[in-house]
Amino acid sequence: MPLADKLVSSFLAFELDINFQSPVHNIRTNAIKNFEKLGFPSKKLEDWKYTSLNKVLKEDYTLFSKKKNVLDFKNVKDFFLDNTESYKIVFVDGFYDPFLSQTSHDGIDICIMSAALTKSKYSSIIKKYFNTSVDKNESFSQLNTAFSKEGAYVHIPKNIILEKPIEIIHFATGNESALMLQPRNLIVIEESSQAEIIETHQSLTENPIFTNSVTEIFVAKNAHLDYYKLQNDRLSSSLIDNTYISQKRDSNAKIHTFSFGGKLTRNNLNYFQKGSYINSTMKGITIIDDNQLVDHHTLVDHTRPNCESHQDYKGIFSGNSTGVFNGKIIVNKIAQKTNAFQQNNNILLNDKSTINSKPQLEIFADDVKCSHGCTIGQLDQDALFYLRARGIPKKEAEALLTYAFANNVLESVNIPGLKSRIKKIIANKLNVKLGFDL
Amino acid sequence: MLTIDNLHVSVEGKPILNGINLDVRAGEIHAIMGPNGSGKSTLSLAIAGNEDYEVTKGDIIYKNENILELAAEERAHKGIFMSFQYPIVIPGITVTNFIKTAINANLRARNEDEMPANKMLKKIREKAELLEINSQFLSRSLNEGFSGGEKKRNEIFQMAMLEPSLSILDETDSGLDIDALKIVANGVNKLKNKDNAVILITHYQRLLDYIVPDYVHVLHEGKIVKSGGKELAHELDEKGYDWIK
Repeated sequence: MPLADKLVSSFLAFELDINFQSPVHNIRTNAIKNFEKLGFPSKKLEDWKYTSLNKVLKEDYTLFSKKKNVLDFKNVKDFFLDNTESYKIVFVDGFYDPFLSQTSHDGIDICIMSAALTKSKYSSIIKKYFNTSVDKNESFSQLNTAFSKEGAYVHIPKNIILEKPIEIIHFATGNESALMLQPRNLIVIEESSQAEIIETHQSLTENPIFTNSVTEIFVAKNAHLDYYKLQNDRLSSSLIDNTYISQKRDSNAKIHTFSFGGKLTRNNLNYFQKGSYINSTMKGITIIDDNQLVDHHTLVDHTRPNCESHQDYKGIFSGNSTGVFNGKIIVNKIAQKTNAFQQNNNILLNDKSTINSKPQLEIFADDVKCSHGCTIGQLDQDALFYLRARGIPKKEAEALLTYAFANNVLESVNIPGLKSRIKKIIANKLNVKLGFDL
Repeated sequence: MLTIDNLHVSVEGKPILNGINLDVRAGEIHAIMGPNGSGKSTLSLAIAGNEDYEVTKGDIIYKNENILELAAEERAHKGIFMSFQYPIVIPGITVTNFIKTAINANLRARNEDEMPANKMLKKIREKAELLEINSQFLSRSLNEGFSGGEKKRNEIFQMAMLEPSLSILDETDSGLDIDALKIVANGVNKLKNKDNAVILITHYQRLLDYIVPDYVHVLHEGKIVKSGGKELAHELDEKGYDWIK
């Protein structure tokens, strides 16, 4: 049975199995109807022109893992931040793992969606935020909503500066021959609060894993969020990530997306600015090889005056890999004095890799500063000669320049443990033997 | 140390140097002067081993070895250094990390052990002081946002770190104010000894007030048309280049 049919037909049983009385019952029911209507996107759609899902969708995925697998911390500790105190919300094959997690209800809520969707003390927040920012016409988001049950739930009330980052990790163990996961995360940062979050999807198996993740983020007035997506999964895993961020006035939300692993990764990153003096920042580094594909689709919707958005995506492609960058910026008529910047720079290390880069600017206001730039090229030959003239051999010089190109994006990463880990991954990916400490 | 014999160099098929002869011995400073387009930078890039500069005829003999077939990095390993007229900006790698990488690459190429971190640090401090470079500067990205003077000082700092036998300073004085020029010249003078040699490529005589050459050569249309002592530089400064052609 095709995956779409299998999903639709399993919906009823899924709903009966969880709480039929749940307030989100109607939301789920509408979502499955939307999905049934939309189906999976094909390459005929403009938004999916360069990304074919055929190979990912043809697997016979188990939709719900049958048994809870237990992971030993010492076997997975490399996937956690090193030498860094943190809150942890950990899932294994879609189930919450209380042993690996470190949650909190101490004036804040750092816990799980299955509790938030069912317990009455969370119902006001769920009612106010859950599924309010999701695109009704985006098939994967609708599918995820229909099966929304588990994921991370973070609610930081007013005037709290979290002193520790939150790590959200979704592990897959491979106890099913092929597994589909649909985590659903909700992050609410209230007025004048600050938080740092790191999200990882990590398979521990060569069995195919297909993750369809949706994260809704709400950043209130004067609040500040730094969110890091570390995508360094195995080549047997694919990820569709839909993230929706709604920002209120004077807020600042930064999302870094580090895409190194996975077979197919699609990031739909959507920013909705709902006030003035908002700052939205998107940064990304993609380094892929072999037959990997990473597709970034960003959207920034400027709806009020005096806001900023900054996008800086870099890509390094080798092997038969494919990159896609589609950056859409909408500046509504009343959004005067908008500053919107978008930059997408790519290096193709051979002639078999591909990058498709497309800016999409829809500007209806007249007093704005918008810029976009895209480069696709090889390494700078003058820079290469400069390094070689200092005695650095050609291969090493090439690796160093590539490393420097990517490294530049890391300046805005504020968690030292994360920064050094990513530097190591980059050096490793690029096969750089660096003559200095990372 | 260096013998250039009847050197002809073309760039993209166009002949730029048309038979250069030059002899540089250890302990000497040679100035190569000439108007724009005379081939000064081409000469330095050809010696440093830039592959875009094709040697069509003649030889470059360095320490009794023909180096024409050597790659740029191999020439560097043998002690040839070139200070760039336009140093390259490389965001994402700091001055310190760049020089560490370069030093260790050179040591590895000479089958020597890499320099221990504490020794490296000490040397960096010492040479930075010589060129009046502060530590904040060393942790900035290579040449990114540097003023003209900072870029040139950074070049001479690298020269001080690498301790080459033959240094070619390509228009090191351009873009420098008088204070920066004095710092750079002082650095070069302090690094100079009886075992190494310097080739100064310059358009103006100004630099030669601070780094006094043993020989001055005038380059015109890809040939050395006149050679002399340091007084030749003054003559050129007064009369310009026209009388020589």
